[in-house]
Amino acid sequence: MPTSGDDQIEVEDRSRVADEPHRFGFPQSVWRAVAARRPPGLPQPRVFRSPLRGPWLTSVFGSVLLLSLPVVFLTGLLDWIAYSPALHQSIPSHVGFLHLPYFTWPTRPAWLFQLTEGLHVGLALILVPVVLAKLWSVMPKLFVWPAARSGADLLERLSIVFLVGGVVFEMVTGILNIQYDYLFGFNFYTAHYFGAWVFMTGFVVHVGLKLPTMVRSLRSRPFVGELRTSRADTRPEPPDPDGLVSPDPSEPTISRRGALALVGGGSLLVAVLTVGQSIGGVARQTALLIPRGRSYGNGPNDFQINRTAVAASIDPKATGPAWRLTLSGGSSPVQLSRDQLLAMDQHMAELPIACVEGWSSTQQWSGVRLADLARLSSIRSPSKAHVQSLESGGIFSESWLQSNQVLDPDALLALRVNGVDLSADHGFPARIIIPAAPGVHCTKWVRSIEFVA
Amino acid sequence: MARATRAYGAHPLHLLSLVASIALVGYAITLLGVGSLWNHHHWWQSIMVWFLGAVLLHDLVLFPAYSLADRSLGAGWRAVTGRTPDRSPAVSPVNYLRIPTMASGLLLLMFFPGIIQQGSGSYLRATGLTQAPYLQRWLLLTGVIFGISALLYAVRLVVAGRRRRDVDPVTGHGETTSTDIASDVASAGS
Repeated sequence: MPTSGDDQIEVEDRSRVADEPHRFGFPQSVWRAVAARRPPGLPQPRVFRSPLRGPWLTSVFGSVLLLSLPVVFLTGLLDWIAYSPALHQSIPSHVGFLHLPYFTWPTRPAWLFQLTEGLHVGLALILVPVVLAKLWSVMPKLFVWPAARSGADLLERLSIVFLVGGVVFEMVTGILNIQYDYLFGFNFYTAHYFGAWVFMTGFVVHVGLKLPTMVRSLRSRPFVGELRTSRADTRPEPPDPDGLVSPDPSEPTISRRGALALVGGGSLLVAVLTVGQSIGGVARQTALLIPRGRSYGNGPNDFQINRTAVAASIDPKATGPAWRLTLSGGSSPVQLSRDQLLAMDQHMAELPIACVEGWSSTQQWSGVRLADLARLSSIRSPSKAHVQSLESGGIFSESWLQSNQVLDPDALLALRVNGVDLSADHGFPARIIIPAAPGVHCTKWVRSIEFVA
Repeated sequence: MARATRAYGAHPLHLLSLVASIALVGYAITLLGVGSLWNHHHWWQSIMVWFLGAVLLHDLVLFPAYSLADRSLGAGWRAVTGRTPDRSPAVSPVNYLRIPTMASGLLLLMFFPGIIQQGSGSYLRATGLTQAPYLQRWLLLTGVIFGISALLYAVRLVVAGRRRRDVDPVTGHGETTSTDIASDVASAGS
């Protein structure tokens, strides 16, 4: 004879079936057999006891990610374009159709790369607490048995692997990379680029399948009403077909608004401790735990260094009085000493150095316009230019510049910064600085420039 | 149509979009090169291993760890208050302990390479500096975060103590909604 408790479960189950049919797909016998073989040790739904879990809370986190993660994805794709795929400099080099439509990366506004890359890294860091909260909120789904009742369920689970694996893979590799911890060992750019596409594939499918549920769930509880609900008045959401709501909720230890404030507070904490690397100035000091919050001092050359002269194996003798800049591409090569370069028209420009790692630093540069150097080698409108460094080896010991990057009036072969000579770590005797170009294309310790007509 | 939908388990549109997504992932993998997924020298530095690890990182590593910690905290508090109900604080310290722990833990999770000085060689080559300050900075931040939480908790205890003295000794009711809001805001703000 069934007890009253069993009766209750029976009624609940029936109401669920009316809500959304949990039928088995083809072949029914197989799916039913799977359902009957619950792996021993698999946690029961009742072990998840948070009274806050439910479709509304998950949908709030989901809607934040729905709006923000595409921005992270798109700025990432923009950065691939900024590396000039037309000049074969984008990494990875072969991406098939997986890229934005090609266009020439502009040099204006000068802060464009600072913005796109600052957004890409900064926003992703701020979203870490939201992603963690979202993963926490859907935990019970992982242990639902049967894990699948049909082919449709099985495929959907696979798309969740793309989604969850994708977002965590991107965040982990990105976070390690900006801290120069190359623990992963594989090529960061390549793995991060294709990982982003795997993630986006899962993301689009997930949004397509869950958007109606998200909208319905958000409407089920007015947001403002939740913000007015104290912990004492916090009640679990009604049982949902996905099993997010705990069947045996414990007493709330925090209200829903408290949980949202907690996640938002986590994001705020990360924001306060990271935005300084992109904003610079006094704010840089607040970036306490990341590499680009460090101070080198107050001198004119005391700004962020990327790859020291020692790390690039620059021989001090090669940068001394014997150094010559070779300009080629014209009828005959031109060689210029640093004094000769300093005797030419000097142009001053305030430009940011912005890195793919999200940090940037704006300085006052002065030197010779690249356009003037092109004219000197009798190529007035080059289609591109090849810059080589004294540094030997390494993918960034040379770079190709687009036509607009050579001809921009602020594109310089910089000799001085903030009124003094460049320091060894900033590229003495001469370095490239170009508005809106990725920092790694602003080659340091320049040896030669070849202009191509 | 209805039969096909029942056999598959969802609308045909579901099938179309999922097949499309799986094909796209397959395409991305071929561009990357199937061979690139696996590192023959160090298996744990394989893209495949890191991707599957990423699928499981939260659910099978982080979640069990933080849930266990949180349940232990809750159970510990209940055990203590159960034994000495009259000498227990009027306000539960649970949120005042777990919220700063979460904040400090989040910072450690995201910025551990600097804190434990991992990748010091590449860090030095890139910046010309060492990672020496990060452990101290993290400890300092942790101290400040817990300190703020302790202050807020102290304020709450004082407020609750006053309330308790004002409580009607017969009904025993003294807590009002306004203190709950204060508690929510105090605990969430730290």
